[in-house]
Amino acid sequence: MTIIDHPKQPTEPDSPFGDEKISKAGDKVFFGLSFGAASLILVTLGAVALFLVKEALPVFTASDKSDLERGGDSFLGYVGPLVLGTVYIATIALLIATPIAVAVALYISHYAPKRLSQTLGYFIDLLAAIPSVVYGIWGITVLAPILSRTLYPWLDDYAAWLPFFGSDVNVSTSGRSTLTVGIVLAVMVLPIITAISREVFLQTPRLHEEASLALGATRWEMIRQAVLPYGRSGVISGAMLGLGRALGETMAVAIILSPADGYFWNIITNSNSNTIAANIALQFPESSGLEVNRLIATGLVLFIITFGVNALARRLADTGFSGAEG
Amino acid sequence: MMPTAEHLDTVEDVDSHTNGDITSGELAGKGVFAICGGAVVLGALTWLPSGSVNWARWVIVTILAYIIGTYVVSRIVESKRHATDRLATAVMTSSFAVVLLPLVSVVWTVVERGSNRFDWTFYSETMRGVVGEGGGAYHAIIGTLIITAMAATFSVPFGLFTAIYLVEYGGKTRFAKWVTGLVDVMTGIPSIVAGLFAYALFVLVDGPGHRSGLAGAVALTLLMTPVVVRASEEMLRLVPNELREASYALGVPKWKTIAKIVLPTAVAGILTGIVLSIARVIGETAPLLITVGIAQGVNYNPFSGRMATLPVFTYNSYAFPTLPRDASLDRAWASALTLVIIVAVLFTGARILSSILKPKGLK
Repeated sequence: MTIIDHPKQPTEPDSPFGDEKISKAGDKVFFGLSFGAASLILVTLGAVALFLVKEALPVFTASDKSDLERGGDSFLGYVGPLVLGTVYIATIALLIATPIAVAVALYISHYAPKRLSQTLGYFIDLLAAIPSVVYGIWGITVLAPILSRTLYPWLDDYAAWLPFFGSDVNVSTSGRSTLTVGIVLAVMVLPIITAISREVFLQTPRLHEEASLALGATRWEMIRQAVLPYGRSGVISGAMLGLGRALGETMAVAIILSPADGYFWNIITNSNSNTIAANIALQFPESSGLEVNRLIATGLVLFIITFGVNALARRLADTGFSGAEG
Repeated sequence: MMPTAEHLDTVEDVDSHTNGDITSGELAGKGVFAICGGAVVLGALTWLPSGSVNWARWVIVTILAYIIGTYVVSRIVESKRHATDRLATAVMTSSFAVVLLPLVSVVWTVVERGSNRFDWTFYSETMRGVVGEGGGAYHAIIGTLIITAMAATFSVPFGLFTAIYLVEYGGKTRFAKWVTGLVDVMTGIPSIVAGLFAYALFVLVDGPGHRSGLAGAVALTLLMTPVVVRASEEMLRLVPNELREASYALGVPKWKTIAKIVLPTAVAGILTGIVLSIARVIGETAPLLITVGIAQGVNYNPFSGRMATLPVFTYNSYAFPTLPRDASLDRAWASALTLVIIVAVLFTGARILSSILKPKGLK
């Protein structure tokens, strides 16, 4: 763009867009506002990290730790089971949700009639918008009793040879177990994975699909040859985002899970390792002094875990689409 | 981006016709219906041993029978490849049905249990001095409205101007890339961590044990801003560059171009994004539990003291019920129903808004 600098003519009529001084001032103000807002993002995140670290530090530096009743002196001993519970439940949720989400996304993008698929997409999005507290009370009132009546006794009878269904402990009769929470969380993260996968599947180059069909492939063979390779990285990054959401989910876990101190591998009993987020929600209202600092420190650990997962998701999304892009 | 379904159908039709002429077998529509009906009947037969209706078992058995039935019949009548294709179709269709089950169940449960207390008292009275039955969530609704409105007031300008910077000013500078990356990080902040941050921030000002609506609004702002930035950024990038250039060519200054040309063009998408971000934070429980707590009566002052909010009210009534227990649980469900209605209205409103405001020519 070249700008030709004319000396201003005194006879030139006023610009219809107002005084030049005003527009220059307006430009400055507008730029200032938007630059300020963008900078504020930096400042805010810096503040989040700073305040969390500042409030978490006393746990490690305090000499008098008599405030801390549960878990004793060692922070690692306190946060360890919580990390296990968090990762364990999120992994279960992801293992259940990802295959179903991919199937649903394929159904919406390649099987359902076009007019129907928009409505279907709307319903799936609505699943994501329902507040987690509602999922929580639904899970404990409806899903947990059903599972403890049907699935858990069955798993206990026929799958006890697997370490996570082991029969050494009593099966949960209330259904407030790790597996129940995992299933509820799967329902919650499924729309996220579906939405992202659907977007990528729809972007598959049409020529790839047509080429495959022209060679006589059935619809499923076409999907395996053209759509899935193209969308793989999108599915992976969607799953990672879902994992991030599941790691940070609080209320559904806090309401449904029956927590206990320690490491538990069996997922269908009443003794479960709690998650970091749910533990904070349950303990915080009744905590004071150093206990609060310790909860904030566990929150920092959660922040770091989700940060790592999200960074991984972004990296996968950035490197994605390789080979399949035409 | 083009839909491929119709296109595929035509191709497959041709394919299957030739198939039908040359080879003997092809599974016709009638056959599929027969398998489907058979599966439903088989599912219903599983009621017989126990003698009572079990909907879940019916659905599960029907779906499994349909998947296996289609595969086996197609394998016999058609070919292995067609059988696999039909298997895939059946699996995908039924996964979709399976996913709808929890949604229907959630909505049904909330409506059924929530309707017990879906009355005027619930929306006009508070819990102050209420022992046992009665009482309402008026205070919680007021609290939710105040806190959400404050969060929106903070995060809409914040997010919108950040998006304007990223699209109109930042370009590909290193600073803009940093901001984009940090918005991503912000999107991933767990809601409970946002609550802890707001708490830690206000502890500095007010000392330990601080609870106020403002702290809750700050926590929600942290969650809402990245959503607003993402939605606005996407919409601003959709505005054709020709519009900006035409405006500059007429001598319109940049800020006026943004305010009068770019923003009005993108307004539908931006508003939709804002409404959806409100729908996202209005049901947030964890950060409010930490920063705002719960109260029995109305607190109109967001700058001091605990406030009740609908999500926390739901959680509290359910997790710590007062006697009689049923009255408390009914209040929890009615509150959950109110939340679901609010979210559904916002959600549908956003859809309608975007279709009404969508400028002509911009698809």
